[in-house]
Amino acid sequence: MARMATRQRVVVSTIGAWFFGFLIFFPILWMVLASFKTELEAFAIPPSFLFFHWTTENYATVQERSDYLLHAMNSIIIAGGSTLIALLIAIPAAWSMAFSPTKRTKDVLLWMLSTKMMPPVGVLVPIYLIYKTFGLLDSRIGLVFILCLGNLPIVIWMLFTYFKEIPRDILEAARMDGATIGRELVYVLTPMAIPGLASTLLLNLILAWNEAFWTLNLSTSNAAPLTTFIASYSSPEGLFWAKLSAASTLAIAPILVLGWFSQKQLVRGLTFGAVK
Amino acid sequence: MATRQTQFLARALLTPAVGLLFIWMIVPLALTIYFSTLHYSLLDPGSESFVGLENFRYFLTDPAFLASLQNTLLLVGSVLALTILLGIPLALLMDQPVIGRNFVRLMVIAPFFVMPTVSALVWKNLLMHPVSGLFAWLASLFGLTPIDWFNDVPLFAVILIVTWQWLPFATLILLTALQSLDEEQKEAAEMDGASAISTFIYITLPHLARPITVVILIETIFLLTVFAEIFVTTGGGPGLQTTNIAFLIYSQALIQFDVGSASAGGLVAVVIANIVAFFLVRIVGRNLEA
Repeated sequence: MARMATRQRVVVSTIGAWFFGFLIFFPILWMVLASFKTELEAFAIPPSFLFFHWTTENYATVQERSDYLLHAMNSIIIAGGSTLIALLIAIPAAWSMAFSPTKRTKDVLLWMLSTKMMPPVGVLVPIYLIYKTFGLLDSRIGLVFILCLGNLPIVIWMLFTYFKEIPRDILEAARMDGATIGRELVYVLTPMAIPGLASTLLLNLILAWNEAFWTLNLSTSNAAPLTTFIASYSSPEGLFWAKLSAASTLAIAPILVLGWFSQKQLVRGLTFGAVK
Repeated sequence: MATRQTQFLARALLTPAVGLLFIWMIVPLALTIYFSTLHYSLLDPGSESFVGLENFRYFLTDPAFLASLQNTLLLVGSVLALTILLGIPLALLMDQPVIGRNFVRLMVIAPFFVMPTVSALVWKNLLMHPVSGLFAWLASLFGLTPIDWFNDVPLFAVILIVTWQWLPFATLILLTALQSLDEEQKEAAEMDGASAISTFIYITLPHLARPITVVILIETIFLLTVFAEIFVTTGGGPGLQTTNIAFLIYSQALIQFDVGSASAGGLVAVVIANIVAFFLVRIVGRNLEA
């Protein structure tokens, strides 16, 4: 009897979970399908779900007409650059707070967290004017800089919570054996910190890739990453659904894959370690 | 000896990060405060003059401010309610023995990784278009009149899009918390004859209290400044119907070029966010000691 009930439960919950999972995923699937349709079919009522004339011409057109690769490259440079610089600044800071904590460490950490709470729109005006003055509007370096600062608190926090988990006995042992701080860092800490570093890197790449406040406000064409490029499809004259879908699919595909790999760390990173 | 050296090194390593974040926080904020006391329009350069709190009076008594404050609260409140009310049952369902759970998990988490401009445009066109959208077709199948989402219920349309983006986040956090719940405790309750409902109310829900708080606080921080979704779909309209505070400040700054008033608005946004941040920092801080 009990076994029957369990099997029934598995069937019911499996069907339920797959149904709702599919429902949530559907808009993405629908967009990917539309990217392989002709413009007429993408717009057609009733819509065709699978039996349409499959074509890849939208992908070719997107590149030809709008220089998709330039914007993809901008996204890579801006997301990658801001993440790497943030890591370079954050690693020493997190290392220092995790292994040589002082009385004020907790306050420093919370203060860093609080800088992330400042709404970007609160400083939009001065940042815009500073960028205008220094010719940083629509420049990659300007966006790298601002996204780096914006994500720095999260990077430090994530690294801190990972470093904290490295057992201290090992450090003491290394110190007893006469390892200098430099050697300790290279031979003992780094290997143990690599998983944490990797997930921090991944999560912040995702956040920077999808950032859509500063990129929309501070870039227009030359430095425009994919967020800004896709937004240009919102003008009524430029409404081509199949091409919008093709450009969108290309824009989200790489990050979707990275995201799926890092979903476990996502919870931890975005809750600042409050939920693990 | 070694400790003093270590301490010095530790401080040296910490300084760049602290310094940068300090500058990042203080300089723009000080400038915002300074600009907020000026009559300063980019369309009329050279005419800057000190006006005291005039910008605040103007911003706070502007009917657009009240409208946008109301929209902000509606947007944040609705998305919070929807993501949590839908996220709890979804997380409970995924916590059951499900065949292919990892794949279901991938499908559920996917919207979170879609950049805001893409989700907004795909929803607006492919799904919500009043004539050719999928929803219009579905409505016509059931003999209903299709809804013209962005004209009839624009704010609700934005709420739906943002809910779709944040539901995965809420679900994932609640699911993570559920998986750390002690199975034995639930089994013991079941053996004692507790119904599924009372197990949920007396065991599961209290266990979820903290993750729910975390979801509320973190989502609030991000939802207070929803921007791209409005920027690419409605542009704040029709009228002011989808203008939230973030969008209002943006339009004053970069469309009307009124630096003074936009700065005053920016400070109002900072104050609102700080009220939320105050609670979040306390909760996270408590966790740090545990």
